[in-house]
Amino acid sequence: MEDLPHLKLSRRELLLSGAASVAVTTLEPVQAQTATPAAPAVAKVTLKVNGAERTLDLDTRTTLLDALREHLHLTGTKKGCDQGQCGACTVIVDGRRINACLTLAVMQQGASVTTIEGLGTPQALHPMQAAFVKHDGYQCGYCTPGQICSAVAVLGEIKAGVPSHASADLAAVPQATVAELRERMSGNICRCGAYSNIVEAIVEVAGRTA
Amino acid sequence: MRSFTYEKARSVADAVAAAARAPGAKFVAGGTNLLDLMKLEIETPAHLVDVNGLGLDAIEATPDGGLRIGALVRNTDLAADGRVRRDYPVLSRALLAGASGQLRNMATTAGNLLQRTRCPYFYDTHQPCNKRVPGSGCSALGGYSRQHAIVGASDACIATHPSDMAVAMRVLDATVETAQPGGGARRIPIADFHRLPGNTPHIETALAPGELITSVTLPKPAGGRQLYRKVRDRASYAFALVSVAAIVQRDGSGRVALGGVAHRPWRIEAAEAALPKGAAAVAAQMLAGARTTPDNAYKPLLVERTLAAVLQHARSQA
Repeated sequence: MEDLPHLKLSRRELLLSGAASVAVTTLEPVQAQTATPAAPAVAKVTLKVNGAERTLDLDTRTTLLDALREHLHLTGTKKGCDQGQCGACTVIVDGRRINACLTLAVMQQGASVTTIEGLGTPQALHPMQAAFVKHDGYQCGYCTPGQICSAVAVLGEIKAGVPSHASADLAAVPQATVAELRERMSGNICRCGAYSNIVEAIVEVAGRTA
Repeated sequence: MRSFTYEKARSVADAVAAAARAPGAKFVAGGTNLLDLMKLEIETPAHLVDVNGLGLDAIEATPDGGLRIGALVRNTDLAADGRVRRDYPVLSRALLAGASGQLRNMATTAGNLLQRTRCPYFYDTHQPCNKRVPGSGCSALGGYSRQHAIVGASDACIATHPSDMAVAMRVLDATVETAQPGGGARRIPIADFHRLPGNTPHIETALAPGELITSVTLPKPAGGRQLYRKVRDRASYAFALVSVAAIVQRDGSGRVALGGVAHRPWRIEAAEAALPKGAAAVAAQMLAGARTTPDNAYKPLLVERTLAAVLQHARSQA
């Protein structure tokens, strides 16, 4: 049977593309379609993802996480709990790590998003990716993209002088100690329990960048 | 998640007018709690007014020597602000004891105050909950209630307020500033901001529908030793079982507020006169009339001991 490309569209994508063609194309305000009360509202959203500008027509309910995974097919960012508890969806938005599951794509209009795919490539790993490999900072690997994005941002936060619960003195310049890293990484859960190796990997990169 | 329309407000007046225009509208800022509740259809706004573009993200000095914290200042930025770390360290400490780094990067000052309870029965839409469905009953009263309130609760609701930041704001005598739908503005003392559950646990704050928090002000620094001690099931990233925010002066006088024990940050000003007498005397007055369940009967003693640890720490620093 002939492989028709359009048949590869999911039902959701078909519905979305159909809806987008009749929806208003300006962002503010986005009007609901009037056909039925349950009709989805659609917004045109432009994001700069890993350096490339991407424009999508999205149901307003689409989280940044689903925009990345389902619409841009950047499946490196993982969906664990989808409620901000596990950290698997951690990405870096305008320089800050956030849970991509707890923000709407439409709220990130114009934002710069860095995912695990944007940190390094298999040929040229980001130092944090290389350190996770070297120290075996994972077992199943599901939480790893979130761990790595979080770890990269954590070192940035320490460098910027942001204190943490583990900082003994609020007036002192925070250091990348094991206690600091464990506290700062507490929003990234690893059910395999690779924490000690994860900390070793981050400590090594922190030493290199200090 | 229920479908909703969305708009990004360009000014405070614009935001308030937009919310007043659309029935069932909600403001969204950090979104860390609202989005979570929308996914579970506990919150079902028909329209979202995104207030992130309003420029309410500055921390500035007030004429009376205090600080005005914009409603949109992120928890990370508020905790890291040099003036807050130096003059209001109990606030930095409380913020840093809450949530995760990722969440603090998104969560805002106003949104933190407006967090909803983490009572598991509020989250479980298959169970009765007077806060979620008024009049449906309280599942926590006869259920799993280890986390729940011991003071100020009612037969309708024994949920606790989850915020750490709000407990510090209470001990610092903060004031919440708002913009109202009619164009007016209000200043609400933090003591009057969060309500006790009574028979209407679904009404949690003094805000009127469509009223927008624009900033929170702190009076001039109170000085003293400022401490925040949080007791929880994990060393990090867990809600408080009990927390204590304290400001202790050299002469032993001071102020205390508790988290994890009530529907709002819990402070009994009259109890603070007993501070020089020690933790037991203060805790007894703060928890007068406490009502526990078999599950949370540990909390009064935990309050007393946590307060004792805080007072000892304050003395050792003096």
